[in-house]
Amino acid sequence: MESTSELPVSLIPNHGSWLRYLSFSLDHKVVGIQYLVTGFLFYLVGGVLAGMIRTELATPISDYLSREVYNEVLTMHGTIMIFLWIVPVVNGAFGNYLIPFYVGARDMAFPRLNAVAFWMIPPAGLLLIASFFIGGASQSGWTAYPPLSLRTPALGQLIWIFSVLLLGGSSILGGINFIVTILKLRRPGLKMMQLPMYCWAMLGTSILVVLSTPVLAGTLVMLAFDIVAHTGFFNPAIGGNAVVYQHLFWFYSHPAVYIMVLPAFGLVSEILPVHSRKPLFGYTTMVYSILAIVFLGLIVWAHHMFTSGTPPWMRLFFTIATSFIAVPTGIKFFNWLATLWGGKIALNSAMLFACAFIVNFVLGGITGVALAQVPFDIHVHDTYFVVAHFHYIVYGGTVFIIFSSIYHWYPKITGRMLNEPLGMLHFVLTFVGFNLCFGPQHWLGMNGMPRRVSEYDPQFTLMNQISSVGALLMALSTLPFLINVFHSAWRGRVAGNNPWRALTPEWLTSSPPPVENWNGPAPHVEHPYGYGLVETTP
Amino acid sequence: MFGLVLFLVGDGMTFAGLFAAYLTFRAVNPLPSGGVYDLELLLPTINTALLVISSFTFHRAARQLRQGSGFGCRLWLLITAALGAAFLASQMLEYFKLPFGLTANLFASTFYVLTGFHGLHVTLGVLMILIVWWQARAGGSINRESHFGLEAAELYWHFVDGIWVVLFGIIYLL
Ligand SMILES: [Cu+2]
Repeated sequence: MESTSELPVSLIPNHGSWLRYLSFSLDHKVVGIQYLVTGFLFYLVGGVLAGMIRTELATPISDYLSREVYNEVLTMHGTIMIFLWIVPVVNGAFGNYLIPFYVGARDMAFPRLNAVAFWMIPPAGLLLIASFFIGGASQSGWTAYPPLSLRTPALGQLIWIFSVLLLGGSSILGGINFIVTILKLRRPGLKMMQLPMYCWAMLGTSILVVLSTPVLAGTLVMLAFDIVAHTGFFNPAIGGNAVVYQHLFWFYSHPAVYIMVLPAFGLVSEILPVHSRKPLFGYTTMVYSILAIVFLGLIVWAHHMFTSGTPPWMRLFFTIATSFIAVPTGIKFFNWLATLWGGKIALNSAMLFACAFIVNFVLGGITGVALAQVPFDIHVHDTYFVVAHFHYIVYGGTVFIIFSSIYHWYPKITGRMLNEPLGMLHFVLTFVGFNLCFGPQHWLGMNGMPRRVSEYDPQFTLMNQISSVGALLMALSTLPFLINVFHSAWRGRVAGNNPWRALTPEWLTSSPPPVENWNGPAPHVEHPYGYGLVETTP
Repeated sequence: MFGLVLFLVGDGMTFAGLFAAYLTFRAVNPLPSGGVYDLELLLPTINTALLVISSFTFHRAARQLRQGSGFGCRLWLLITAALGAAFLASQMLEYFKLPFGLTANLFASTFYVLTGFHGLHVTLGVLMILIVWWQARAGGSINRESHFGLEAAELYWHFVDGIWVVLFGIIYLL
């Protein structure tokens, strides 16, 4: 396949008009923004579903939604948030926007493939949402475990499978594109160890995507056969084996957690040095930590299955392997702290979200290590403790970094600054709301409240109501954010090329950047984190 | 080409997942009475021979092109496509002769899904070879100087061939 690093402007439809965002655009920056906006719209849908869940759980009885609808809502909430918001945004949006800048290229390696990958997402998402209205959506959760998924309304489950296959296909095409771009499209003379950390994070993530997503695809095709052709792969009633589904599913879905969180590690490693005016601490150890996480991430999947009749040797192996992941993750955590240490920290909205990420993530990481231990896991398996752990990683971790990144790169993307007071309000509401919502769920889980049920023992009422109030604050936090984004696009202070006096290559061009990123040759950036070493120009 | 290699790695992982499922089923799920994991070997052995030979004929086609013989290249491409088509026909014949259907038991289901998924790859491969054959005509886009499409199709074909050898070993011989 030819590498189109030189892309004529004539190939970009509707160049200069906002209509280009609705077109089959080959410009990596347009594709990145398409991912970001589409993902955010689905985030709003998933958020409304989350609000419905928390409304139902404000009282111990099942009174607001019928049980079937509650199951549909929780299934769609998980699926939409994972496959249509976090994965496409933290990979597709920022990856497409930033990676070509970071490697010194004018576009991605395969611009056409890139556009194809993006345009697979809206139909898949709309189809998924439409399944609510045609016979009922899937009720089997985002994990679609058989035999449950063989009993849920067949049409809804099939639509779910088809959508996830489309989204997985899009993710694989994106992953291939990132790997080739990072390895093959680097500006001559740019060494791997000079790349900004987000490149390494995306390289690791994309390796996981290419290795694990196809396994999910094969598994879901088998599940579809069970539903449509009445084969019995995963149906114990006719001689099948449901545990095999769990193994294959988690072979994808544990790495999927890293597909959601490794890019966030990369993004925060870009943001912290800029706003604390210090070089990223421990670059080399960061790189090897990412590679170690990629490797270990592929061999820990059965820690989700300690209560699925897993034999003792398997429990032992997966406990040890999972606990090992704490080592490279801990290295990254201490490197971020060391980056902040003694820095000239600017506590703006981007930085507040980034620092809160570190706090939330370490909490989610500690509960993760706890969950890896079989004796503990058996007690809290399928309780709200798991829900709390998971949301501390993907919301407290990744979503906080998505917001941090939006505050950090919005000036580059639009040419205007976001409003700081509104950003702070957004941050306070999100941070307080998030911890109120998910903090009490640790207690609920420890005390035995199972997840995925619409009614519960009345002794859990108070904590559930606190959690629902937190959810309300999170919903409200979206308002200042939306007002900020729209108002600043129109009235925001003009940003100039480099408002943060940053050193990475995307800031060494105009805001917003021209179609092929730089009007002259790509800049030669040897020290992307050389704060205090290299002169910076505003 | 590197992009294609990555794609094939992913594709190979799909097969690896299916093989792993098959082996686990086989290790832990006894079949109901009448179900067997053994199959007639004659047709599949012929099939294996057809595909292995077709890898060599494809390689030959590529070499002919590099040596400047467009005619030789197209001839060997046709032979390769014919071998692929013969494989598919023979696979169909095997399906018709088998005493069990898709839903008979766990082995039957896995067998049909695995060989069917592979057969889909062969079908795509034959179509790809025919496209390359058309592009390699005099004045076409594939010639001695520019032959990326031919090389990509060749890599894909070797991959499909290799998967079959693994599949043959795991499903028929084991
Ligand atoms: Cu996991």
